Amino acid sequence: MTGGGQVMAFRALAYWLMRYRRTWQGTIVVSVANPILFLLAIGAGLGTLVQEPVEGASYLAFFAPGLLAAAALQNAFVEGGFVVNSALRRERIYPTAAATPLEPGEIFAGHLIFITLRLFISAGAFVVAMALFGLIESVAVGVVITLAATLTGLAFATPLAAWAVTARDISQINTVFRFVVMPLYLFSGTFFSIAQLPEPLETLARITPLWHGVDLCRTLALGTASLGPSLVHAGYLAGLAIAGALIGRVTFRRSLHA
Amino acid sequence: MSEALIEATGLEKTYPARNRQGTPFRAVAGVAFRVHRGEAFGFLGPNGAGKSSTMRMLAGVSAPTAGTLRILGLDPVADGRRVRARLGVVPQDDSLDTQLTVEENLLVYGLYFGLSRRAVRTKAGELLAFARLEDKAGERVENLSGGMRRRLTIARALINDPEILLLDEPTTGLDPQARHVLWERLFRLKQDGVTLILTTHYMDEAEQLCDRLVVMDKGLIADGGSPRELIERHVTREVLELRFPPGEHEKIGRELGEQVEVLPDRLLWYADDGEQALARATELGIRPLTALVRRAGLEDVFLRLTGRSLTD
Ligand SMILES: Nc1ncnc2c1ncn2[C@@H]1O[C@H](COP(=O)(O)OP(=O)(O)OP(=O)(O)O)[C@@H](O)[C@H]1O
Ligand SMILES: [Mg+2]
Repeated sequence: MTGGGQVMAFRALAYWLMRYRRTWQGTIVVSVANPILFLLAIGAGLGTLVQEPVEGASYLAFFAPGLLAAAALQNAFVEGGFVVNSALRRERIYPTAAATPLEPGEIFAGHLIFITLRLFISAGAFVVAMALFGLIESVAVGVVITLAATLTGLAFATPLAAWAVTARDISQINTVFRFVVMPLYLFSGTFFSIAQLPEPLETLARITPLWHGVDLCRTLALGTASLGPSLVHAGYLAGLAIAGALIGRVTFRRSLHA
Repeated sequence: MSEALIEATGLEKTYPARNRQGTPFRAVAGVAFRVHRGEAFGFLGPNGAGKSSTMRMLAGVSAPTAGTLRILGLDPVADGRRVRARLGVVPQDDSLDTQLTVEENLLVYGLYFGLSRRAVRTKAGELLAFARLEDKAGERVENLSGGMRRRLTIARALINDPEILLLDEPTTGLDPQARHVLWERLFRLKQDGVTLILTTHYMDEAEQLCDRLVVMDKGLIADGGSPRELIERHVTREVLELRFPPGEHEKIGRELGEQVEVLPDRLLWYADDGEQALARATELGIRPLTALVRRAGLEDVFLRLTGRSLTD
């Protein structure tokens, strides 16, 4: 009955997949349709007002990869914040699994695999929408950008999950959304180049994880990426994702084996 | 004496403070008990007595703060995985997945235990028959009644053929009919040799189901034994219940002394012969509004042990 931790994590993953089976078609349609509408509105509306090229590109080409990264943050917040807290408290999914041979770390790992999958599928759908607007040069570029956006999401999802499993209730999660996620969303270069920000703010924006995700996805999409900065971006994001996973192993145990 | 499946000595659970201003809270303050194979063993106590905290330690999901605990000869902290593989747990709050069907709930749980899909499918049929839910296999859990959900939770807990079944308040919130169905099912499990450990704050449930029980209050065990033993040890065979107009009964109660318990609304006179006690009351010139003689029960034991009633 005792298997390796990986086998155990896959048992936990099986639960999330079974749930997803009921809803996946709907979520994929939404994941593609949403960005199409967004990009249409920006391309035909706001984009025409911004005549000057931004960072050497049309506004639509500048904006789309930024929004891709910001959407990954938003998805990470839903999956790593709300869903994790609800799995602990309201739906009692974690406590149910904790009564079986699964260990807290394995329950966490199984859920993380599923979150990664969700982030990847949403990012992929977004990239498909971008391709419809001629913003993706080749399949290979599309795949790399999808991976970059998934990594951006994970950099937020694991620390969020590590914290959300300790939060008393959903209202605490909402507070974080308002005071952390929204400012990040607005000031990390999604909508405008951070070079336009006045000085201390620009430096501040440059150290936010979302900017690293935005710049990684954007330079890849615009074909301006170079190895050094891209590695710094990816390393920073991966570092956060790993730190969150390590902290989560501790907080999950503390919460599930209280 | 048969083999002890569970052995606890000096068992304590202290929860850390919830925030900086708070203080740590000792929910279980040193309890000792043994449970033998095939027994039905109960924890009877009011809200906050520490029943669930004890059950969570037994379930291998909560490390004791002090004391020793052996389950199936293993340490539930060091060997948590192996212990949990041999237990069935019915938690106090319903934790079924309301978005999944009845059968899917069993399937997920079986997979957690490492059973194959095919093995779970076979087992699920058996368990649904046991829980009298054969015709509900494809139904979403959100459409089930409270009693059905409880039976499904028990069926789910049996997926791994556990040697010990832990039930935390199995019938709280159910109507009398649903409770009786559930008791009957639990009784059958016991006959099949499953060791049952349950918590309850219903004395009738404890009397019906438990071979032995402990009375728990404020994190401590006040006493333990079979329902019969406890009643014989702490109370007389019968109880005379006397009601008076408001405000009179306290004074009368104090005059009558030790064998009389004063409740907010009535007096309980413990006597081996209730009728005789009533005759004596009449001799003393006591004129109650109503008088009732009944057999003593666990509720009375609890009252004598802790000075308060079980369900207030
Ligand atoms: N995780 C926790 N952190 C802090 N205090 C806790 C925690 N869990 C329980 N408590 C406290 O410990 C005490 C005992 O709780 P427990 O749930 O064990 O009681 P119980 O006998 O099961 O009560 P009930 O009949 O209401 O279910 C309560 O005062 C409760 O508030
Ligand atoms: Mg309880």
